[in-house]
Amino acid sequence: MTVSQKVVLRFPSEVADKPVVCELALQFGLKFNILQASISAHREGVMVLEMLGDKSQQEKALSFLRDKGLEIESLSQDIRKVEERCIHCGACVGVCPTQALYLEKPSFLVKYEESKCIACELCISSCFTGAMEALI
Amino acid sequence: MSKLLRTYEEINQKIKEGKAVVVTAEEVIDLVESKGVEKAAQEVDVVTTGTFGVMCSSGAFLNIGHTKPRMKINEAYLNGVLAYAGLAAVDLFVGATQVAKDDPLNKVHPGEFKYGGGHVIQDLVAGKDVLLEAFAYGTDCYPRKKLTTWINLRDLNQAYLFNPRNAYQNYNVAVNLSDRTIYTYMGMLLPNLDSAGFSSAGQLSPLLNDPLYRVIGVGTKIFLGGGTGYIAWEGTQHTPTVERTSRGVPKAGAGTLAVIGDLKGMSADWLWGVSVRGYGCSLAVGLGVPIPILDEETMYYCSVKDEDILAPIVDYSSAYPNGTGEILGYVDYRTLREGSILVQDKKVPTSSMSSYRRAREVATLLKEWICKGEFLLTEPVLKLPGIESGLQFRNLPERPVNNNFLTGGR
Ligand code: SF4
Ligand code: SF4
Repeated sequence: MTVSQKVVLRFPSEVADKPVVCELALQFGLKFNILQASISAHREGVMVLEMLGDKSQQEKALSFLRDKGLEIESLSQDIRKVEERCIHCGACVGVCPTQALYLEKPSFLVKYEESKCIACELCISSCFTGAMEALI
Repeated sequence: MSKLLRTYEEINQKIKEGKAVVVTAEEVIDLVESKGVEKAAQEVDVVTTGTFGVMCSSGAFLNIGHTKPRMKINEAYLNGVLAYAGLAAVDLFVGATQVAKDDPLNKVHPGEFKYGGGHVIQDLVAGKDVLLEAFAYGTDCYPRKKLTTWINLRDLNQAYLFNPRNAYQNYNVAVNLSDRTIYTYMGMLLPNLDSAGFSSAGQLSPLLNDPLYRVIGVGTKIFLGGGTGYIAWEGTQHTPTVERTSRGVPKAGAGTLAVIGDLKGMSADWLWGVSVRGYGCSLAVGLGVPIPILDEETMYYCSVKDEDILAPIVDYSSAYPNGTGEILGYVDYRTLREGSILVQDKKVPTSSMSSYRRAREVATLLKEWICKGEFLLTEPVLKLPGIESGLQFRNLPERPVNNNFLTGGR
């Protein structure tokens, strides 16, 4: 059965420059979308990945990645925008990697499209009023 | 000055009769575009401006009333936030950036700075009870030494906002050239030019519509925090002498306003306590200034558009903290609001720190107040220092101090 799951991969610096993610396709026959990545050689990196494919193959792939030294968190968190607390400044807009948060024009209201959110939480750190919340 | 079209008295007479023609600084742009400056200046009496953003250098004076027995407060906390008490017996000043005394600050970087002076001000204005804890050493005339009570804005003798520096005329665009995320008062800035922060209301911003301070001055009545206030003085760091465009628009942070107004008439919707990750607490302030169209020149300056206003791009990982003055280039506000700018050939997504939406709401509210006859204009009693003043932005000339002089103050 083909399922989709979103995971956050944290790469320690030793493996940041090694090609591990492509093994998901080669060894485990999985498809994947890289939703966000910030990795450079010899430094820690973070990648948000959507995996598509057989559930048991996905489990095998994740244990393969753990063996390579990656930390894996599942991306099950929901991010909520509390409208009463939003002052529509836009401080969150430029840091949101997927444009889930965007400035609507001509109203200049900051809108949130939950389906685009990858729960990176950058908006939570950038919001001045505590309007973005993670529901665990 | 070009030919006088109307006086303050004439405008106020029209406002009282409900006949004043008022447009916002955004609406006036199209009007001037279609009819020209001359015709627009004849038709319009007042242009309203507005801004809503985090404005450090804000605070409030509170007179809490005397206790029995009397007390000369030496040290005071409002909801755990230190308020300055060194004024008299029961006068306090709460500053927007003062952080609650038990806050872990940046010990675990970036700190969250959950509650501070800006939040105290917002809670007071919202009508919430605020905890006052005060201490004194006791004197013959003021014997009491300790006080713990709830206070509420409605019971205070006086409570007024006094913000020494608001409404910055233009500001930097902040970027981060380093390879780590930095947390600044211009927001969180992603490494390697992955985000940019900017802050001005641009074409709606009060001082950008009167770039040479021809009509806005000390004594001008304004929209402040949802109520009314006045311009009390030039703001701190007021620097009229920065480089300007051919329209007279400053190409960097220039003029500022010190403003005052009764907290009791204000609203928690327009005074918002904020927590800036890794930086600290502050207050977001809604502020709007009406501009009387006294002559064509005033109208010309009010027709300024976002694309006419240039802001300097500054690296906040090095150039800003070290005060090098280095500028990576200039960009106009129209481009900034489109969502990305080019810096060093890289497309950088932009974040606004001040709300354009709410700046527009300020200008619109002020327009409504004037149209309804609820808000009359005042003529300034003193001009703000202009270019001719030669006023420069000065850094502190630090001088060596001999150890014998040290007082032990921290
Ligand atoms: S967590 Fe926030 S910043 Fe990240 S994708 Fe979702 S909305 Fe955008
Ligand atoms: S940073 Fe917070 S307050 Fe500002 S627009 Fe985003 S959610 Fe709203």
